[in-house]
Order: sequence, then structure tokens, then C-alpha cells
Amino acid sequence: MANKAALFNYILRLADTNLVLGHRLSEWSGHAPYLEEDIALTNIALDLIGQANSLLIYAAKVEGKGRTEDDLAYMRNEREYYNSLLSEQPNGDFAQTIVRQFLSDNFDVLLYESLSKSTDETLAALAAKGLKEATYHLRHSRAWVERLGDGTEESHNRTQNALNQLWRFTADMFAMNPDDKDLVKAGIATDLEKMQPTWLKNVEQIFVKANLTIPANAWQQSGSREAKHSELLGFLLAEMQHLHRTYPEAKW
Amino acid sequence: MVDPLEIKRILSVIPDPEIPVISIEELGILRDVRVEGEQITIDITPTYSGCPAMKVIEQDIVSLLHEKGMDKVKVNLIYSPAWTTDWITEGAKEKLRKYGIAPPEKSTVDKGTLTGKPKNLSCPRCGSKHVEMVSQFGSTACKALYKCLDCKEPFDYFKCI
Repeated sequence: MANKAALFNYILRLADTNLVLGHRLSEWSGHAPYLEEDIALTNIALDLIGQANSLLIYAAKVEGKGRTEDDLAYMRNEREYYNSLLSEQPNGDFAQTIVRQFLSDNFDVLLYESLSKSTDETLAALAAKGLKEATYHLRHSRAWVERLGDGTEESHNRTQNALNQLWRFTADMFAMNPDDKDLVKAGIATDLEKMQPTWLKNVEQIFVKANLTIPANAWQQSGSREAKHSELLGFLLAEMQHLHRTYPEAKW
Repeated sequence: MVDPLEIKRILSVIPDPEIPVISIEELGILRDVRVEGEQITIDITPTYSGCPAMKVIEQDIVSLLHEKGMDKVKVNLIYSPAWTTDWITEGAKEKLRKYGIAPPEKSTVDKGTLTGKPKNLSCPRCGSKHVEMVSQFGSTACKALYKCLDCKEPFDYFKCI
């Protein structure tokens, strides 16, 4: 039996990353370049927030202190959020949103493939479900990376620029806690360090095809495992949590 | 004690809130009904993780059974096994087609579904196979947007997962 606190934290990391990225994508609602893309980005947002919801329900159950999924989503501050640094990066231009999504979708597909074999039945079930969605999301973001990277001079420059901006947050996705070793040993969690080379190979393959270059020797920013974030997350949470905190008893 | 099959029969009339021509049973969302004394437990599973219809479906189930005098009803959301379009019944696929939604193709392992070019997809209005994908994402999480190059009508395709 793995440490309950470690498992709780592990589920929060998965949930928070989905929730924050889902919220970011939802900011495109009504603003995307054209209608079909608006629908696509918000569809993906919905899937991610749905995944976060199921994970937070499970996290609340594991914690066993009577908190609900809404308490976890709306009543924690940024120093209690464990989402990846990549997920909180701003939408920027369309290229930045797409590159962020592409890096993240590749990660999710590998993570869910592995977690669907987890010895934790709930995580395995949620991962199997999430894998179908992530595979579909990846098809979308990959098509855009190829099209933008290998498109016009303008689209290429913007996409390369996005990759230069975002690459520094990629190592943070694979950071592990000391407790993770026990979770991995128990067959519950995924060994992210082992997953990283496959992820790198997968994204590199598409970047080459799209005429894009991964920045060499880039500084890597870390911190999400200790719930250390950029100031961006605070603004995001302020908007996301405002209504719930103002009317805590409100019911739909 | 009420027969679980009887409850399943009662629930089989509940339509999917977003595609009201087919029922939650035909769609494969209604997974199991169990009865222990007065307590009735219903298992449902979402098509997509973020499917906003699940709350409505849960309320529909509870209120319909309350009307029939069954008060102790619990609705469970289950995730395993993950929902697949393979669970949609043949009869329901025909209803979808008549409603203007191209039904999912049979096998989810069909490679064509991965490249976005399902092999036997035809326009639900004129039957032409001369169709083109407009967007991978449609009006709801479970659909993609296509158009027919012969009759020129846009239509939804229930994507295979």
C-alpha cells in the first residue's frame, strides 16, 4: 500500500495540469481564428476539464477529509497547485497555443498509455478513457504544427518563436518527487524519466518534418513539483475561482 | 423487489439530451441496473470525459424512477471499460442516419478513423461517398464535421472511439 499523501499529490498533479491547460484553451472561446477552430479548441478544453473533474473526485476520495472536487479546484491557491509550468503559459498567438498543445498532447498520450496499465484501478480506468481523447487531440495539434512550421515565412517564424519560448518548460513535465519512486515501484505511477526519451523522439520527428528546430542548450525552468509557479498562474486562478469564492454556496 | 430488467425497460425511453432520437440505452451509456431490497443502483458511463450531458442524464433517471414510485435511486458514474462507439446498437445507427448524423463505422481499430478518412462514410442525406472532413471537432464532443461534395450539405459524423 503506497503512501496516501503521495498518491493524493500524484493525482493532483495530473488533475491540475489538465484543469489549467483546459482553462487556458477555454480562453479562446469566441476568439479563435475561425469558427471550426474555435469549436476544436473548446472541445479539447472540455475534454481536459472533464478529465480534471474525474481526477479531482478521485483525489478527494483518496485524501478522505471531506473535500469535494469543487473545493479542490476553487479553494486552493497557486502555491497549492501542482500543474506543469507548460500548462499555465499564456495562449500568445495561435502558433504558441498550438506548440504548447502539441508538446502537451505528446506527453499525455505516452502518460495515459502507461497509466492505463497502472495497478491503481481508478487511475487505469481514467487513463484508458483519457488516452482515446489525447490521441484525437494529438492528431489535431500535430497537423497544425506541420502546417504552420512548413507553411509561409510568417507562420514558420511564429511557430519557431513559440517553440523557442516554450521549450524551457518541457523538462518540468518530467520532474519527479522522491515519493514517486515508491509509487512507480508499486506499479501505480509512471516513471517519467524513462518516458522522456520516447517523448523527445516523437516530438523531434514531427519538428524535423515541419522544418522546426529545437533550441540547443536551452535553460530549463523547474518548480511545479514544489508548487512554485510563475505569476501567470495567480491571474488564471483569480479568474477561474472568482465566481465560486464570491458565491461559495451557489448551486447550478 | 423490482426486477432489474423491468427498470431497464423503464429507463430505455430516456433520450440522450443532445441527440434525442436515440436513447441512453441504445447509445451504450446505460451500463447496469442492480436492485438490493429498496435500493436501486444504476451505472452509467460518459461518452467523453467532459460530456456535459451526464448530469442531465442522471437527473432524468432519478426523476423518472421517482415518478414510478422508486425513491432510493443511486446513479454511479463508471469509467471502466471506457465507452466505445462499438456499443451503439445497429438500430440506433439507422436512427442517427435518418436524423442527419452519419453513424460511426463499425470497428474502432479501422486505420481510416485515425487518418480522418473513414472508408465507408457516406452522406446521411444523399448517400454519396464523395465527402470531405471540414473539422475534426463538431457540435458536440462525440462528433466531427463533414460536408458532402455532391449534395453540398454539411453533416455531423459520429466519430469512432
